[in-house]
Amino acid sequence: MKKFKYSEITPESIFKNRRKFIKNLGLSASSLFFGQNLITSANANTKKENMKLTEYRYVTTYNNYYEFGTGKSDPVERSQKFETKPWDIIIDGEVENPITISMEEITQMFPSEERIYKLRCVEGWSMIIPWLGFPLNKLLKKVSPTNKAKFVKFTSILDPEQMIGQRFPILDWPYKEGLRIDEAMHDLTILVTGLYGKKLPNQNGAPLRLMVPWKYGFKSSKAIVNIKLVEKMPISSWMKASPNEYGFYSNVNPGVSHPRWSQATERVIGEGIISPRIPTTMFNGYGDEVASLYDGMDLKKYF
Amino acid sequence: MKSLLKPSIFVLSAAPFLLITYKIFFNKLGPEPVKEITHFTGEWTLIFICLTLSMSPLKRFTSFIFWIKIRRMLGLFVFFYATLHLLTYVVIDYRLDWNQITDDVIKKKYVFVGFAAWLLLIPLAITSSQKMITLLKQNWKRLHRLIYAIAILGSLHFIWLSKTIYFKPLIYFIIITILLILRVNFKNIFNR
Repeated sequence: MKKFKYSEITPESIFKNRRKFIKNLGLSASSLFFGQNLITSANANTKKENMKLTEYRYVTTYNNYYEFGTGKSDPVERSQKFETKPWDIIIDGEVENPITISMEEITQMFPSEERIYKLRCVEGWSMIIPWLGFPLNKLLKKVSPTNKAKFVKFTSILDPEQMIGQRFPILDWPYKEGLRIDEAMHDLTILVTGLYGKKLPNQNGAPLRLMVPWKYGFKSSKAIVNIKLVEKMPISSWMKASPNEYGFYSNVNPGVSHPRWSQATERVIGEGIISPRIPTTMFNGYGDEVASLYDGMDLKKYF
Repeated sequence: MKSLLKPSIFVLSAAPFLLITYKIFFNKLGPEPVKEITHFTGEWTLIFICLTLSMSPLKRFTSFIFWIKIRRMLGLFVFFYATLHLLTYVVIDYRLDWNQITDDVIKKKYVFVGFAAWLLLIPLAITSSQKMITLLKQNWKRLHRLIYAIAILGSLHFIWLSKTIYFKPLIYFIIITILLILRVNFKNIFNR
């Protein structure tokens, strides 16, 4: 199998040129997408509105990654020496063939494709990021989930030696998250190995993180070491920390406000003080693809 | 020399305002500038609350009358930074979207106490002149005890808006609590 070099997919210079190209044309945000679509490799899941990419420097310096500290710049400052080699991921639980798979094997078995997704943080800000990754369902199919597999539980690494934030009881370490099996199998749900055509930076969750674009950012676990298929709904670290603030589903929903942040609007990172907030859309704009997963559910109750 | 002291404290107190203005105009506020301005002005409001509350204990411990002379100016800076904080939220962040703002004030307890604290500051700012002091006599002192309530509300505002760790908010809470305890006249309580 041909080994993928990240630089072959979409070099950062193309993104830069693209932006320059768009800027030179002086196009507005809506027509901007059009220019992007011409150049980006065809991707059915690319959202079609308002696709101005967030600058690489913001994507990689403004992070919520409490394992490295609660400040937004803590992850970039404190994660550079974080060791991601060797890295094994255990996939077990309600499956026919549980496996332990290394990152090398993962990158060989599942070639990365580019997905431009909007990341909406529960704190009321958003970024548009060109991720590199592959659908989680490809990996899950390898292990053949049994019919008892109703949920997927993601566990991130526990390593207080390297992760200073884990020395404090900020959250129930290691970080735990979960998805319902149909959410996990959805084609939009990807495991991420890179962004902006490069290897995933440590501060963004290297070597392997999740990205579920229609849910708030904290659902997308970083530095994953275990993917377990389970029968019962897992309790995530955030649910445990504050059950009335963070629900299991945590779908982006402008109609359900968080006790501290209204979710009706969001601020676009990198836009400066002149730009107003933009309205938040249901399922972060991915409603056409995912709304049917929640047919008949009261999403105010199951927030 | 002595006459220069008060103006220099004025300049020092205005320094955070000059700093944030510089950062706004030279684009030094990072990826989320509006949040940065909001947090900056909010924290300086709390710092000036602590400074204002420190003046009468300082006078008691050092017996310099000087502290009382600058107290009013520091108090006005509380109002100044609190107003900047409120304006950032109302004008820059929410663009006078009154529906959303009212919704926040009613539904989010940290916004509610923050707004209440700002409202309580208004009568204090209005009655800060010498004329008002003589006019209101004993009532002036009573009225200005509102700063104690404002300090507590301000500190709750910070605690309630924090997501997980309360380190910084708790520091302010502890400082404010100590400054308030210093005002309790224990002799009177125990001799009663």
